[in-house]
Amino acid sequence: MALTVDFLVQGLQMALVLVAAPLLTGFVRKVRARLQRRRGPSLLQPYRDLYRLLRKEVVLAESASWLFRASPYLIFAFTWVAASLVPTFATGLVFSWTADLIAIVALLGSARFFLALAGLDVGTSFGGIGSSREAMIASLAEPAMLLIVFPLALVAGSTQLSTVAAFMASPQAGLSVSVGLALVAFIMVAIAENARIPVDNPATHLELTMVHEAMVLEYSGRHLAMIELAASMKLLLYASLLACLFAPWGLATSGMGAAAYAVGAASYVAKVTVIGILLAVFETAIAKMRVFRVPEFLGAALMLGLLATLFVFLSRSL
Amino acid sequence: MNSLVFEIAHMLAASLVLISFVQLYQDRLYALLNTFALHSLALACSVAWQAYIQDAPHLYVTAAIALVFKAIVIPVVLHRIIQRLKIHREIETVVGIGLTMLAGIALVALSMVVMLRVTGGADPLARQDLAFALAVILLGLLLMVSRRNAVGQVVGFMSLENGLVLAATGAKGMPLVVEISVAFSILIAFIVIGIFLFRIRERFDTVDMQVLDRYRGERL
Amino acid sequence: MDPGSGHIVVLCCVAVLLGLALLAVFIGRQRPASTLVYGMSLAASSIAFAAALAHLVTQGISPATLTLPLGIPWLGANFRIDALAAFFLLVVNFGGAATSLYALGYGHHETSPGRVLPFYPAFLAGMNLVVLADDAFTFLLCWEFMSLASWALVMAHHRVKDNVSAGYVYLVMASFGTLALLLAFGLLAGPEGAYGFSAIRESAHTPLVTSLALMLVLLGAGSKAGLVPVHVWLPLAHPAAPSHVSALMSGVMTKVAVYAFVRVAFDLLGDTTWWQSMVVLLLGGATAALGVLYALMQHDLKRLLAYHTVENIGIIFIGLGLALAFQSNGMAAAAALALTAALFHVLNHSLFKSLLFFGAGAVLTSTGQRDMEHLGGLIRRMPWTSFAFLVGCVAISALPPLNGFASEWLTFQAILQSPDLPQWGLKFIVPAVGGLLALSAALAAACFVKAFGITFLGRPRSSAAESASEVDRFSRTAMFVLAGLCLLAGILPGIVIDTLAPVTQALVGGRMPLQADVPWLSIVPVAAARSSYNGLLVFIFIAFSGSLAAWIIHRLASRKVRRAPAWDCGFPNLSPRAQYSAGSFAQPIRRVFGTLVFRAREQVEMPPPGDLRPARLHLQLRDVVWDVLYAPVADAVSFTATRLNYFQSLTIRRYLSLVFLALVGLLLVLAIWL
Repeated sequence: MALTVDFLVQGLQMALVLVAAPLLTGFVRKVRARLQRRRGPSLLQPYRDLYRLLRKEVVLAESASWLFRASPYLIFAFTWVAASLVPTFATGLVFSWTADLIAIVALLGSARFFLALAGLDVGTSFGGIGSSREAMIASLAEPAMLLIVFPLALVAGSTQLSTVAAFMASPQAGLSVSVGLALVAFIMVAIAENARIPVDNPATHLELTMVHEAMVLEYSGRHLAMIELAASMKLLLYASLLACLFAPWGLATSGMGAAAYAVGAASYVAKVTVIGILLAVFETAIAKMRVFRVPEFLGAALMLGLLATLFVFLSRSL
Repeated sequence: MNSLVFEIAHMLAASLVLISFVQLYQDRLYALLNTFALHSLALACSVAWQAYIQDAPHLYVTAAIALVFKAIVIPVVLHRIIQRLKIHREIETVVGIGLTMLAGIALVALSMVVMLRVTGGADPLARQDLAFALAVILLGLLLMVSRRNAVGQVVGFMSLENGLVLAATGAKGMPLVVEISVAFSILIAFIVIGIFLFRIRERFDTVDMQVLDRYRGERL
Repeated sequence: MDPGSGHIVVLCCVAVLLGLALLAVFIGRQRPASTLVYGMSLAASSIAFAAALAHLVTQGISPATLTLPLGIPWLGANFRIDALAAFFLLVVNFGGAATSLYALGYGHHETSPGRVLPFYPAFLAGMNLVVLADDAFTFLLCWEFMSLASWALVMAHHRVKDNVSAGYVYLVMASFGTLALLLAFGLLAGPEGAYGFSAIRESAHTPLVTSLALMLVLLGAGSKAGLVPVHVWLPLAHPAAPSHVSALMSGVMTKVAVYAFVRVAFDLLGDTTWWQSMVVLLLGGATAALGVLYALMQHDLKRLLAYHTVENIGIIFIGLGLALAFQSNGMAAAAALALTAALFHVLNHSLFKSLLFFGAGAVLTSTGQRDMEHLGGLIRRMPWTSFAFLVGCVAISALPPLNGFASEWLTFQAILQSPDLPQWGLKFIVPAVGGLLALSAALAAACFVKAFGITFLGRPRSSAAESASEVDRFSRTAMFVLAGLCLLAGILPGIVIDTLAPVTQALVGGRMPLQADVPWLSIVPVAAARSSYNGLLVFIFIAFSGSLAAWIIHRLASRKVRRAPAWDCGFPNLSPRAQYSAGSFAQPIRRVFGTLVFRAREQVEMPPPGDLRPARLHLQLRDVVWDVLYAPVADAVSFTATRLNYFQSLTIRRYLSLVFLALVGLLLVLAIWL
């Protein structure tokens, strides 16, 4: 009986991530619009966009190969699997031991690999711009992310997400310098990975300012819908990671009753709302950086992660 | 509850190190001044918290001095100087920002090693706080060394003094008269530097130290 | 077949290979010679592989030795097979078998088979003998034999201009490596001259001898493996050889060098100190980062792969350094984890690097081009090759669920064990090296997006690329076998870990927890509560969600597809030259890292308006190691040689006085000492 409940919870999490992702994107857009004194599109607009795209026919470039057609599904699969493994309203999911933090980071890296390949597939210059810039950003964002995982894993004693969340929620975590530095670095990396301002503008129409949009320039119809959904899920994944790693209060653990799950769900909704508002405020307050300032930005995140790791190593000797 | 109090003090000291790194990252003059104001604000909070823990009311005065002078007065004055002198508002660094930050990390590691070796059996949090203070001092020095613009060097000097104050309050032993005399000497130094900046700017039309180097006179 | 006689079986296969080499000297030029040689090599390597696997799986730790009455009279030629040798024999012979299978098809395109066929089986034989050798003399003899055979293969196409200088550099570096190893073994053998490995194992060495010997072995084996700063021959020599030989050199010969280091550092030396592991860690980290940065700047496909080998060797040495650090501090379980990660990566790298070189060879055969700037669009002309190459690219970029990720994950877990190390130096170096490892993993993914994207995707950039065709059955089979194994090793890493357990048990006295006990075929590095990874389930999830999404959308939403010209923001440029090239893809990364590491300088020559000449971009990259290390050494050597030229032209009286002075000097020494 407990096993079926666990499977149900895991299935619910997978469905939740899929369904709630466009809502978060719509919410962030709405808050940004309000901050800019516009009315903004409705909260459900991303769903309408996806529905519209899914029904349209795909226009394929003549030079596109099978990889171009398969990549959206691969990208979607990698992102969905990664997002299903990050605890949202409950930890200790049935399959949480299959992939730890390092594997989740690597799964997102796989999605990005195929996206970059798809950008190069049609053989246009804009695809090349997007892919090469994405390669540069990824070459610094991924090590920064790993150097954030290290101090968290060292402090909590495991790379397993449920264990880290449980440790951070327990009183023995305390206020740790390394975790604080890791939090600042994580926010910087999350902004870079999700292609938000100041690293990349998700709403731009100027090709020379694009990174993510340039890689998907040739996609249309259901392929574009898959990729947009994957990008929204990635944003939700990072918001859930932020909530679960650094603010894990209210998470239900497996085996508790339905009331605990309800509390977990409510606290998750609250945390993601707060994160969405903060993201919108940050995006409105700051301008997009020059492309070659991004390596310095990410280099700073990398250094903070390295510093956090150093602190953990050094404080173990006391 | 007790350990939470000490942990908050620890976090405030670490935030000072973090803000020093943010200072190293800045390349625009106004942003550097704002970061310095934040640095002094963090210092004021840290000293006030130490006053609360140690039950030492004279440290509140130190915190007030740091807040009024270094978080408000000095940044505003420097702002005015920059506007009057029309100083070039981008700060060139001697080496790139990436290398400077790597050097910063090496300095933090060095200060941790030195402090943890020198302070033998003291309380671990206090040892780390002293290490952070030394790190802030070294990072202030790095800021001075790696900036070509005179205002950048002044800010580095000020943040170095912030680190000294942090170390002194952490060590729980500095009497008020020492603090006030140190603060006043820094203030005098600052006024003198300000006067010199005006004179240099009048004479040479620039405050870039590398350009000024050419006018040094005979080279042996 | 009695499992205890694995080494005898392998020695028989070696004898077959040597006989084949001799035969090929006579019949090398004839048509069926290629099929005969490669076919027999395939058979011999497969049998040796089976014998090694049988020994590793059944015998475990108990070694078996054999002494042949060859070589030095009182020493003989000692051969021994133990768990470590069995594992490396497995790697060597599997690589040899796969390469022979590939060469059954590829070898027909060889323009000068008489220069390749005799040396190929000799090369395989040499590598097997090095791994089996049990005394210093046999080891060094077989090491030189292996180097000479591969040198001959590098010089096979000696009419190509760069190959001759590549061969020369290779010869110099190989001699240097052998010299370093010779000195190391001399130190270890001691004044009595006990060259047998069992004698060296038993005798106690002073710490000075141990440190010196370890540094010398690091230099000697590292030069063959490709450690910075003695890596300079590798990117010159590996691309110069025929493609199947490049696969052997990159995928297998570098592993033989790793074997040499592991044998000396873990088995023969015994006690190592922590600062020696720090040197290994630092060299490994620097090699990994520099190797992948060099690889990113290349536009020659084979040279990119060769530089990438340097990066992977760096990763392996990081694992070995960690194992040494843990072992010197007595943490046997963590040492076993680090050593398993390093050896797993040895196996993985031989698999995917060989696959990638086979792909590059296929591209070279089909198009005649190695330069990525003249390729493109091959995914439509060579679909099977491109699919296998894609699997290789995904594997080498350490992406789940393939095998590269499994070994990289284990290395990261080993790094996470290191805060318990007591020494301060290690506490700083290990996080920094962890950062370098993460950086090189991300850069490797970028490098292979470039390699696959520019070569196979996009539109063809030259007529050679437009008219490419798929390669023959044997090449394709070899590539698909390797690709399948990459997937298998990624999905079922527990099997590999359990197979490696006897090796780590023998070397560091510990082993990872038994993976066969872990439910659902996950792998658990330390304890299930700490972390685990399940490649099989991740693969199933990915396949399931991808297919589910595709199926649902195709059933419920639209399925229509229409072909049209590319959108390209409304400015479609019909020329394939408007695509990104290899140099332009790497430009952002070159700007970030290149100015510091390579002193990269870009110079644009723009003709004045009205002039119809094309603009030119000059890119200048300097290898720092050449400028800092090799150029001064070469200058010093030529300076000394010029000075010493004086002794070439003395009068007879002067020569006699030299002899006289030497004699008097020696007598003086005797007088003072006795």
